[in-house]
Amino acid sequence: MKLGLVIDLDTCVGCHACAVACKQWNTSGTTGPLSDYEPYGKEPSGVWFNRIRHFEVDEYPNNKTINTPMSCMHCEDAACVTVCPTGASYKREEDGIVLVDQSKCMGCNLCSWACPYGARELDEEEGVMKKCTLCVDRIHDQSLPEAERQPACVMTCPSHARHFGDFDDPDSRVSTLVRERGGYSMMPELGYEPTNKYLPPRQRPAAPTVERKAASSGESLIGKWMKRQKDAFNNLGKGAR
Amino acid sequence: MHPALSVIFFTVTAGAGYGCLILLGLLRLLDLAPDTSPDQIVAMGLIGLVLVTAGLLSSTLHLANPKNAWRAFTRFRTSWLSREAVFAVAFYPVALLWLACEWFTGNTAATVFFGVLMALLAVVVLVCTGMIYATLKTIRQWHTALTPVNFVLLGLFLGTLIVSVMLAQQGLVIDLVARLALVVLVIAALVKLIYFYWIGQPAGPTINTALGFTRATVRLLDVGHASDTFHNKEFGYQVDRVRLLWLRAVSIALAFVLPLLLVSGLLGEVSFGLLLLAVISAYAGVFVERWLFFAEARHVVNLYHGMQRT
Repeated sequence: MKLGLVIDLDTCVGCHACAVACKQWNTSGTTGPLSDYEPYGKEPSGVWFNRIRHFEVDEYPNNKTINTPMSCMHCEDAACVTVCPTGASYKREEDGIVLVDQSKCMGCNLCSWACPYGARELDEEEGVMKKCTLCVDRIHDQSLPEAERQPACVMTCPSHARHFGDFDDPDSRVSTLVRERGGYSMMPELGYEPTNKYLPPRQRPAAPTVERKAASSGESLIGKWMKRQKDAFNNLGKGAR
Repeated sequence: MHPALSVIFFTVTAGAGYGCLILLGLLRLLDLAPDTSPDQIVAMGLIGLVLVTAGLLSSTLHLANPKNAWRAFTRFRTSWLSREAVFAVAFYPVALLWLACEWFTGNTAATVFFGVLMALLAVVVLVCTGMIYATLKTIRQWHTALTPVNFVLLGLFLGTLIVSVMLAQQGLVIDLVARLALVVLVIAALVKLIYFYWIGQPAGPTINTALGFTRATVRLLDVGHASDTFHNKEFGYQVDRVRLLWLRAVSIALAFVLPLLLVSGLLGEVSFGLLLLAVISAYAGVFVERWLFFAEARHVVNLYHGMQRT
């Protein structure tokens, strides 16, 4: 099994609901708490497993806003696990989830240095590294109804931009989406083979513009005659030169 | 990258200590300082060990959860940090055996054997320290073979200077060691200059490959957090470019130019006082160099915070 997420950049509206749902579930779950520093102070800060950034791609008039939720990619070649000196970071054989055993971590930060995606954050209160667990305490919980055995971020997404599933199964929803929509990895050149995939924004036909409307209104006889007169006036004297 | 003082002090001081012990371990074999008595060598060896120990103790200060530090010996097969820890500890019994042989038997085969073994282990520890940084593909300024080479050379350079000042203090012959210090100085300075040139070349991921939009310009609209995060504090450290260039010049002048003038005898006869000045200058220069090593390193996570390229 190779569990992971597919995130649809076409439909993500950048509402941060996934990050909030993640924080809510995990701060009270097995990896909790996700400590906050000065939560009611001037500079509230804290540990999050999921962060959303907003970008503008291309220049006007072709520009588009892209919202990019990012959490642990559960890489196949997870450098964070390789560099860990204590064995606290590990990748599960059975489903490929990368986890931190908090009772073993010594808080040296090296795994966070090795991660290109900013998936790992040090909990300064507890002195250990924390990261997305793909809601491991939820997706395998047999006491939950089957439809709810999904990560909190996927359950909550109001625009259905997040999909969870098994990439080893070629007919799973996530595999199908990646195949049909051209799902890709972020920063593939570093060679960590991230499991999570992103679906690019879809191409849509261009919306009709004001100029085209004006041109089509000139289809009437009077309109055609007026346009001819205008062109003739504009071309006056041009032939003489 | 945020330059943590504990790590800078550790790599510079322990590096100098290992450099001292590399040279002292080879002193008998290469006959670099003839007429040196065993107790003089033992005294110098102990000073080297003090430097190493001070550095290693400082390295534990940057751990957020030091009570688990003993576990760092367990992942020898995959982690360079674990390898560094294992070799740093394995170094002690060998160094003590060498000290004992030197103290009790003087210049014998056993002393030479343990001396060479100690020198090898010291090089291995320095290489491991360099490899911790060199294996990180996320930081292109570190992901180069120049990193471990630089750690070994600068450690050896500081160590050679410290040994020569200790020899001078005891009124011993320093010609060979001082000449060796000059050779190491020139090589270390060249490697550092190559390094500065190397990291100046554009390379590595950009904001486009980081997000997968490689056919258009990309710019950050909103970073998504209101105040500093772990990533900002750890990776977002940035220094003004002009100041960086100034600090490079300061580091090269203190670490290489001034010691070169002092040790080569251009500023008067090489004496204990001048050598001591050279050691202080070189230590300060390498300290600035190590600070720059961190401050100039740009982690790829900054691309998600709006940096166009690393």
